[in-house]
Amino acid sequence: MSVQVLRPGLLTTLQDAGRPGHAALGIGRAGAADRPAWQLANALVGNTGGEAALEITLQGPTLRFERAARIALTGAPIDARAGDEPLPPWTAVDLPAGSVLRLRGMRQGCRSYLAVRGGFAVPAVLGSRSEDLHARLGPFGGRALAAGDALPLDPTRGIDAIDRPRIRRWGVDPQPWFDFAMGPLALLPGSHADRLDAASRERLHRQPFRLASSSNRTGARLEGEALALTAPLELVSEAVLPGTVQLPPSGQPIALLAEAPVTGGYPRIGQVAAADLPTLAQRRPGDRVQFAPTSLDEALERQYRRGRELHRLVQRVLDRGESER
Amino acid sequence: MAPIRCEPLAEDALLLHVGEGIAPDTSDRVLAATAVLARALPGVECVPAYASVLLRFDAEAWRTPDGPAPHQAVREAAMAALASPDAASPVPREVTVPVCYGGDAGPDLDEVARLTGLGADEVVARHAAGHYRVAMLGFAPGFPYLLGLDPVLAVPRRADPRTRVPAGSVAIGGAQTGIYPDTLPGGWQLIGRTPLRLFDPAADEPTALRPGDRVRFAPIDAARFDALRTEAWR
Repeated sequence: MSVQVLRPGLLTTLQDAGRPGHAALGIGRAGAADRPAWQLANALVGNTGGEAALEITLQGPTLRFERAARIALTGAPIDARAGDEPLPPWTAVDLPAGSVLRLRGMRQGCRSYLAVRGGFAVPAVLGSRSEDLHARLGPFGGRALAAGDALPLDPTRGIDAIDRPRIRRWGVDPQPWFDFAMGPLALLPGSHADRLDAASRERLHRQPFRLASSSNRTGARLEGEALALTAPLELVSEAVLPGTVQLPPSGQPIALLAEAPVTGGYPRIGQVAAADLPTLAQRRPGDRVQFAPTSLDEALERQYRRGRELHRLVQRVLDRGESER
Repeated sequence: MAPIRCEPLAEDALLLHVGEGIAPDTSDRVLAATAVLARALPGVECVPAYASVLLRFDAEAWRTPDGPAPHQAVREAAMAALASPDAASPVPREVTVPVCYGGDAGPDLDEVARLTGLGADEVVARHAAGHYRVAMLGFAPGFPYLLGLDPVLAVPRRADPRTRVPAGSVAIGGAQTGIYPDTLPGGWQLIGRTPLRLFDPAADEPTALRPGDRVRFAPIDAARFDALRTEAWR
């Protein structure tokens, strides 16, 4: 029994926590771009094993469920309907067998997550079910879903047969896990930030950039008044990470996202704080991106706090879901 | 030798600058340090590049209530390990890579000959005579950046990069040579092609080459290429 892909949406991929540990072989991590949203989608359907979910970009897919399934949508609030019935995000919904789930646009944000109880029974590749589009690595060979694909469901983790959609009466408050306010993102100093000329250093933290439409899972391309170094830098390839802000010769920065390559040769002018990476991943083309300087201590403290809050919330959601069975 | 410089890259990452530039002795030091650190720091991902090693760690796991911040703790553990390495560097593996040079397998061989002022045969002879080492993997899974190219063979990248370079293509880009593990976009000059499969995600060891490997190229003809390719990509 599977979920059939009737229409794939703009760019819908399987993603989980990614593929750490292989960077020395040139293999990046990939994984969900908005990690907390992915975790909370799984928690809402009672998944505890890091199950892969669908990462949906801007325009959602249409899916047919061959059997009854518990689903949850998190991340960017997406227009979702099962038949004629609108479905709320950030809550669990039980769908009867034969349901057609139509996911359309998002009011705000760029990426929604669809988790299914039990996850999708596709083979892991190098320990992960994430699709790495650049490396063409993953359960579907590192590609987005296409019409006609079938996503097998775990036969042991289904739900009882029902005859109409059942929306759970409680959900998760998307705040503070989805950034509705479009505030500035905390930026750590990059290795070569002091090589920017004075005006560019000022501009990096003052000017509102716009997210370019050429952005993808690898990088958020930022458009603004160009930044420049005081003198050209000859660099050899070095490690880059999700969040690394690179400055190519065009002077328009690129902030790397979940599918960051393992090495890069452009100057690194900043590092987006880990706590703000999901927020950056939710900006859509045309959205404003502004940076505010932070320190390593401050960034670590925020990341710990955020991690603890998320862990507690995931536990609460799992416990409450379990108690209703 | 200059002292190793540590730079925090992110909440969970430190970059150890071991040296500068692209050079065999720098690469040797990077790979020796990587081996020591990988043994001494379990749970820390150690990733070598030309002149630096990335350490990626779980900041939460390295945090202690009254101790130093995670970066400081990882840095101290790394420096202690490097000050008293627990074992000699691993003996590098020797890998022979068969290459069919020129023709359809190496469409830029004549261009490289023109750019270097050598005959195509001389380009092949010099490329195949080299003793190479894998400094790092990057760009794509299993793509080896090889040190040891005869400086005479250094040629600029193509002005017009290809959108599809065939898997196995052996190429020169500037002073470096490398092998495309998969069909990928690329701007390096293609002088030949190996039938070997450099990346197989289903294999126990997904990449044919690892950092530190010593590599020699062995010229083969088109018939041998076809036979070996059928075997390797079965």
